[in-house]
Amino acid sequence: MTVELSHYLILAAILFSISIAGIVINRKNIIILLMSIELMLLAVNLNFIAFSHYLNDLAGQVFVFFILTVAAAEAAIGLAILVVLFRNKQSINVEDISEMKG
Amino acid sequence: MSDFIQPNLLPALPEMVMLAMTCLVLVVDLFLPQEKRGFTLLLSVLTLLLTLAAVMFVAPVDSVSSFGDSFVLDQLAVTLKIAVCIITILVFIYSRDYLIDHDIYKGEYYVLGLFATLGMLIMISAHSFLMIYLGLELLSLSLYAMIAFNRKSLMASESAMKYFVLGAMASGLLLYGISIFYGITGTININELSTLVSAQADKNPVALAFALTFIVVGLSFKLGAVPFHMWLPDVYQGSPTSVTLFIGTAPKIAGFAMAIRLLVDGLSDLQVDWSQMFIVLAVASMAIGNIIAIAQTNFKRMLAYSTISHVGFILLGILAGTANGYASAMFYTITYAITSSVSFGVLLLLNRRGFEAENINDLSGLNHTHPWYAALVAIAMFSMAGVPPTVGFYAKLSVLQAVVQVDLVWLAVAAVLFSVIGLFYYLRVVKVMYFDEVVEDQVTSIKPALDVKILLSVNGLSLIGLGIFPSLLMAYCIRAFA
Repeated sequence: MTVELSHYLILAAILFSISIAGIVINRKNIIILLMSIELMLLAVNLNFIAFSHYLNDLAGQVFVFFILTVAAAEAAIGLAILVVLFRNKQSINVEDISEMKG
Repeated sequence: MSDFIQPNLLPALPEMVMLAMTCLVLVVDLFLPQEKRGFTLLLSVLTLLLTLAAVMFVAPVDSVSSFGDSFVLDQLAVTLKIAVCIITILVFIYSRDYLIDHDIYKGEYYVLGLFATLGMLIMISAHSFLMIYLGLELLSLSLYAMIAFNRKSLMASESAMKYFVLGAMASGLLLYGISIFYGITGTININELSTLVSAQADKNPVALAFALTFIVVGLSFKLGAVPFHMWLPDVYQGSPTSVTLFIGTAPKIAGFAMAIRLLVDGLSDLQVDWSQMFIVLAVASMAIGNIIAIAQTNFKRMLAYSTISHVGFILLGILAGTANGYASAMFYTITYAITSSVSFGVLLLLNRRGFEAENINDLSGLNHTHPWYAALVAIAMFSMAGVPPTVGFYAKLSVLQAVVQVDLVWLAVAAVLFSVIGLFYYLRVVKVMYFDEVVEDQVTSIKPALDVKILLSVNGLSLIGLGIFPSLLMAYCIRAFA
């Protein structure tokens, strides 16, 4: 069986859906939210690389490098905010983040 | 491999000046003792003034593009960049006393603010998906850090986390849409995209609509349109007020620019599709924003819901799909940013050491103690509500005019009805200031510095000035889309 473009796209779509579900359904731990966000960006990267390969165009792969870089910066900031939050709250439970409502 | 062609660097001069100066601020600030922190502010304002000068220096008569067509400097970019720089200067100066009183008068606030502004300038000029994404992330990452910047505040760290998760998700959705557009057209350049999309419009309508949906959802997350507004009230309320002032003003202009670059410059062939989506978003935003704002007692939270309703109005202007509509949306966005800098600016003044003014009741009797600041808030509230002769009236009028011109009369009627509902909570603030008793020990003594006093007064009076002579700004907005 040959691997076609659609296989990559389906895999990326599944990963993307898992990551959205991870953000929406998850009620336990903020770190899982951060992991879901990373997974989402990786799903997009997979899309870009698959398209780039099948279109014979380098722009998609360049884009992926930038996304990877930004994702690293994003993870750093996310974890930094998580540390600040933990110091103030002594908890990283998603359900505990409910100081503000209305 | 093709030869490397030296790009024309001149159109990006403002960004380069800003980047160099921001790095300078970053280094200089390290060596300053705490009591000389004022120098960082001075240098930051100087950075913005130099950037402003550079924007005016490179302003082209026609549009210029560079860096392989991925960067564009046109009338739209010049006007929006000038607006962003001026508003950021106001934000920096207004927030000084608040930062001092809350022991967060640190250089990081200004450095992060400058990097965020740089991100906005890039977004405004971006003409490829990659540039839009990088500008957006530079803006968002700086804002996440700015919100969490008051490390001891539980509310601030919580709202930073919420903003981070939802903001990152929005970027992910936007990127997914971009990746599909890249797959369909094989380009990430906005100019090429617009020609290729019109070629594909008949062949692949479903795939294009699918990708467009992701782009619109990501965009409305960033702008804060209902039903993607959940982060906005919490972020406004939880952030330090000086950061709320920043988030509530300049990034709206950048968000507008992003919408124009993506949808109008790039995807104008899909205008029928995205304006239908925008109709739903706009009506929902105006309805939810105005109705829920009535129930708020927290001033910052109320202004957050009011922002949501104003985003609805901006979307109305864009969805009209005519040059007139885009120009009025642009006018609306800029004047909204000016108006909200007045209301948050006065709120910042009321804060003192150990007292966080953020409830509407904290303003009660403001007219008896400080009639001038009460008048400024009243002008801002009337402008947001759209009462003549303030600028808000003209902004709403021109958006409604654009909507009526494309035969969407019912939409204009709905917008007017929701504005009338909105009038209630704006007028309540005015009533609290003018007719309620002074609450002891709340608004007793505000002694703002002279520069804050002057800038705030000019800023407040400009709302009336622009309301009487709207063409001062409108002429530039119309030229941007001519």
